[in-house]
Amino acid sequence: MQATISLDQVAIRRPSFMQKARRIASRHPNLLVGFILFLLVTIVALAAPIIMTHSPTLQNPSDRLLSPSREHFFGTDGQGRDVFSRTVKGSQLSLLVGVAVSVLTCIFGGLIGLVSGFMPRIDGVIMRIMDALMAFPSIVLAIGIMAVRGAEITNVVVALTVVNTPRMARVVRSVVQGTARTQFVEAAQSIGSSTPRILFRHISPNCLSPVIVQTSFVFAEAVLGEATLSFLGAGAPPDVPSWGGMLSESRVFLSQAPWTMLVPGAALTITVFALNLVGDGIRDLLDPKLRQR
Amino acid sequence: MAAFIIRRLVATIPVMLLVATGVFLLLKLTPGDPAGILLGPDASEERRIALREDLGLNDSIGEQYVRWLGNAVRGDLGDSIFLNKSVTSSLMERAEPTLMLTFFATLVALVVGLPLGILAARKRGSWFDVGTMGVAIVGISMPTFWLGLNLILVFAVRLKWLPVAGYASITDGNLWDSVKYMIMPGITLGVAQAALLARMTRSMMLEVLNSDYVRTARAKGVSEYRVVMEHAFRNALLPIINIIGLIVAALLGGAVVTEQIFNIPGIGRLLIQAVGRRDVPLVQGTVLIIATVYVVVNLAVDIIAAALDPRIRRA
Repeated sequence: MQATISLDQVAIRRPSFMQKARRIASRHPNLLVGFILFLLVTIVALAAPIIMTHSPTLQNPSDRLLSPSREHFFGTDGQGRDVFSRTVKGSQLSLLVGVAVSVLTCIFGGLIGLVSGFMPRIDGVIMRIMDALMAFPSIVLAIGIMAVRGAEITNVVVALTVVNTPRMARVVRSVVQGTARTQFVEAAQSIGSSTPRILFRHISPNCLSPVIVQTSFVFAEAVLGEATLSFLGAGAPPDVPSWGGMLSESRVFLSQAPWTMLVPGAALTITVFALNLVGDGIRDLLDPKLRQR
Repeated sequence: MAAFIIRRLVATIPVMLLVATGVFLLLKLTPGDPAGILLGPDASEERRIALREDLGLNDSIGEQYVRWLGNAVRGDLGDSIFLNKSVTSSLMERAEPTLMLTFFATLVALVVGLPLGILAARKRGSWFDVGTMGVAIVGISMPTFWLGLNLILVFAVRLKWLPVAGYASITDGNLWDSVKYMIMPGITLGVAQAALLARMTRSMMLEVLNSDYVRTARAKGVSEYRVVMEHAFRNALLPIINIIGLIVAALLGGAVVTEQIFNIPGIGRLLIQAVGRRDVPLVQGTVLIIATVYVVVNLAVDIIAAALDPRIRRA
């Protein structure tokens, strides 16, 4: 038996990807649960054409308000449409709006934050405009924009992007302001790097983790925002299946057909819940200082 | 302190000006001729031209803007197209239900959120803590309107304990009647904020409970209740007051949805009706009022925070 072990035997072995993933999952159960739920919703949205048992838009007056059965898993709505298929189809709209709003918010919020944080001369003006946008409760601003632009999906994306951009810009700006005074930025300036190069090459990588965290919350906000707008009749056009729209229609049949309300609402809640868990989880993962003690 | 208030007031002016500008631009962003939208598709060409003249739409946009802003400052927000009334008086009529709703929702948020947050921090890591925080994240994720519909289903449709929807003013009839109509809307709107407040209170309390002065207080034998409530909670209160500004914003926005679910004739429902009928002056007025209330609340929150903490005043 060896009394001592050589260095070779304890050679540093980098953990494999799977080992790392397993470690993260066991330390951050929130993230794991949120990720699995969100993955599930994504799969449903992508595989919608295979999963749907009926046409989500086909009206069938003879099949109005049927209770859940083997033929219609979650029953039918007031116009005889299959609630299961409509809910599955609705996931596509929710995720589409979520992705579009997240990407656009990252681009606009990121650029505004970078410029504002690095150029104090125009910072004041930009931030006053952002303050003004944030002076509206977000759903009210979104409704205002929808009112003048009309019920269309692109307008939903525009409205929700306008609403979420100021918060993203603030997050990025605060990181940039912290980074702009560091030595490596000073060094880059002194060797004559251009401003765009400093911004994108040296400063923006530092914004990555707060931006990722913020993006997952923006995604949740966008999914919820779209549903809220559609519920109020100021979102997706009536012929597009959306969870908010389904909930709005379900109000009339609440006592006869509660499944028309329960199913899309549960889908919406699960999606937003998953995204909130992912956001919380990523924040804990990337910033141990903020971890909930 | 006076200097801080003045500084803060002055900083509000450009924000309000930009808010008003944004609201003015809403009408300008509307595709098509505003006069055509106001009159509807069936109006004759002469009436449209006459209305354009009346509304001053032929003036330069600068002139229109200055006139609109001048009127708005004096409380004249124009006339609603469909209600045949001034926007200001329509808003006044609808204020009471919204105030009632916001009051009840704030009550739910504070009464539920604060104690749960404090207890969860106190019993950190226990089942109570884990359970409360689990419920809180569900509470934050659940859309207001779905919660409202579920409450209606259980307490109004099935159990028949409460009215499905509607509103009874406190000025006529008895108090219980109007409270009865406000229970479900108040819970619907308040729960998410209670959950948010519980989470924030918990994390603030944990920070403070780990501080040196709390250890000192414990070391000298102060009772646990006094440590938690007097030494810790008071110091955790400041960030919590700041969060209340956010909560009010959420309540103002949420009121729009909640009023819609429960058929409450408030400002939020007025906004949705105005949007449905494309009544642009009414949309503008409603949005401007809601934004103004929000800005004023945030101003008040900042001033209260400064009054409580000298560090903020000097910053």
